Amino acid sequence: MSARYSWGGDEFVFVELAEEMSLQANFRAMAITNALREQRPDGLVDICPANASYQVRYDPDVLDPHTLMAQLQALEEQVGDASDVALPTRVLEIPVLYRDPWTTETLMRFRDRHQDPDGTDISYAARINGYASEDEFIAAHSGSPWFTSMVGFVAGLPFKYQMVPRDRQIVVPKYLRPRTDTPKQTVGYGGCFSCIYSVRGAGGYQMFGITPAPIYDPTQSLPDFTDFMVFFRPGDIVKFRPIDRDEYDARLAEVEAGTFRIRQAPVEFALAPFLDDPDGYNARLLEVLA
Amino acid sequence: MTIEVRKPGLSTTVQDAGRTGYYDLGIPPSGALDQYSLRAANLLVGNAEGDAVLECVYMGPELVFSEAAVVAVTGAAMVPKVNGEERPQWESFAVDAGDVLSFAYLTGGARAYVAVSGGVDVPVVLGSRSTYGLGALGGFSGRPLAAGDVLPVGSGSGSAGRSVPEDLRTTYSKDVEVRVMMGLYDHRLTAGGRATFLDTTWKLTPVADRIGFRYSGAELETVDREPPFGAGQDPSNIVDAPYPIGSIQVPGSVEPIVLHRDAVSGGGYMMVATVLSGDLDVVAQSAPGTRTRFVEVDLDGALALRAERRARDARLREALG
Repeated sequence: MSARYSWGGDEFVFVELAEEMSLQANFRAMAITNALREQRPDGLVDICPANASYQVRYDPDVLDPHTLMAQLQALEEQVGDASDVALPTRVLEIPVLYRDPWTTETLMRFRDRHQDPDGTDISYAARINGYASEDEFIAAHSGSPWFTSMVGFVAGLPFKYQMVPRDRQIVVPKYLRPRTDTPKQTVGYGGCFSCIYSVRGAGGYQMFGITPAPIYDPTQSLPDFTDFMVFFRPGDIVKFRPIDRDEYDARLAEVEAGTFRIRQAPVEFALAPFLDDPDGYNARLLEVLA
Repeated sequence: MTIEVRKPGLSTTVQDAGRTGYYDLGIPPSGALDQYSLRAANLLVGNAEGDAVLECVYMGPELVFSEAAVVAVTGAAMVPKVNGEERPQWESFAVDAGDVLSFAYLTGGARAYVAVSGGVDVPVVLGSRSTYGLGALGGFSGRPLAAGDVLPVGSGSGSAGRSVPEDLRTTYSKDVEVRVMMGLYDHRLTAGGRATFLDTTWKLTPVADRIGFRYSGAELETVDREPPFGAGQDPSNIVDAPYPIGSIQVPGSVEPIVLHRDAVSGGGYMMVATVLSGDLDVVAQSAPGTRTRFVEVDLDGALALRAERRARDARLREALG
């Protein structure tokens, strides 16, 4: 496979590693951008890894565009398929109140923009993915780990890719037309990605629930944000854990008291052994949260 | 010294040259949408070029100064008044303690820039004083100004009566050309779709804010394809990817959106071109109804235009230095 390179105007280079989403493409994007970060040529402004692509912003008055392009192409060659790369990262537990009252109220206001005006987002998702019930669907959504393949859209919003073979992945289209409202910390779904909305605002992803865990804190007043105001980094691995309303309220009280911490543990993730035996690998991965 | 906001105007925010280095986490550059007007306003009052100013959209604020100050207003044609008396734009003028600065109606462009000697002195967040509204970050409490806000101003040494030479001022039209480089996902367009994109006179809709400027006028024909996994069914969908600042996404293959300095940093819509960084100022000064042609240039053309822009900036510095 070969990447597709394109100028994004006079200050960006955009590189598509694959047209379709896969963990292999994402790993290549991450490996290339990590290597580029280490090289950090003068004039490089931003390095943005994404799901199956990446982009860089640069100052062409400092860094010649063709020099940069050649450097990126050499990096692609050097990284190859990145199958031997081991990524130091962390496993995080995100508690989720599925079918919560706030996203339910919001989704009811936008039924005219949805594929299933008579149902809810989660009932629609369960049905089109062949689950017999919403509870079965929730078990599938929360049962496997998710890989943070991109951070962005708005500050700190993580795109998560399900770490199961493709034929078992959940797939749900976005809304037919975007909503103008989405509660903060909504757990959403669009295409093959689950996300957590870091701020309130417009969005088109299906809404399944809400987490009490802040993932963006511009005031950096909570302990999880001591180092930076954005919690998620590309490469983070997430396990969603279903909770009930009582636990949601208890965690929210901890957030308000300033004592809430997202449970996390360091791990090293290697792509090849994961692809070899996803279920076995996932089970060992999630042991760190037990 | 402080500035009290008596009336906030339609949407007035603190903006400077912007912040870089955080786009990979979804925090966009922000900063004045019209960077040239920012630089000119600051130089007029003796500030550093990238200092914080007030960006005023369509309808200006009403401001009260606690002490004597030197002020300049650049950008959109919006005549400033001190206690009701008109003052020139693109020229520095003095205000006294207690004076009220207000604005006449907009007659051209979209965004005016108010610089005060000493600069608006709100806290620096991630290297910039710019407001990023979606993230509630920077500026004054991370939001547009409201009546009753009191803004701190640094101490400065500007002088009144300095002006930008006539040929270095920007004039505004309802018919504009915006130079772009094709690319990114333009291979998703047929030859006809590409021609439509470049030949149409697009009209700016009322959706014209710091995140994006949406144009109407035509539908772009796309190449048939089997949707790649993760992209979704619509022909304009892609696997969510980063969006260059200035890139033009086309959801549903209609209504191109120029992503500006508060852009969403990535998403699932194809982008077919990117506005050159200097022409983002032209987009910034487009009011709804502006008729717009996207004009294709290649990389060499883009670099030549950058050189022209740097030369113009150098003349500005020389005139006001």
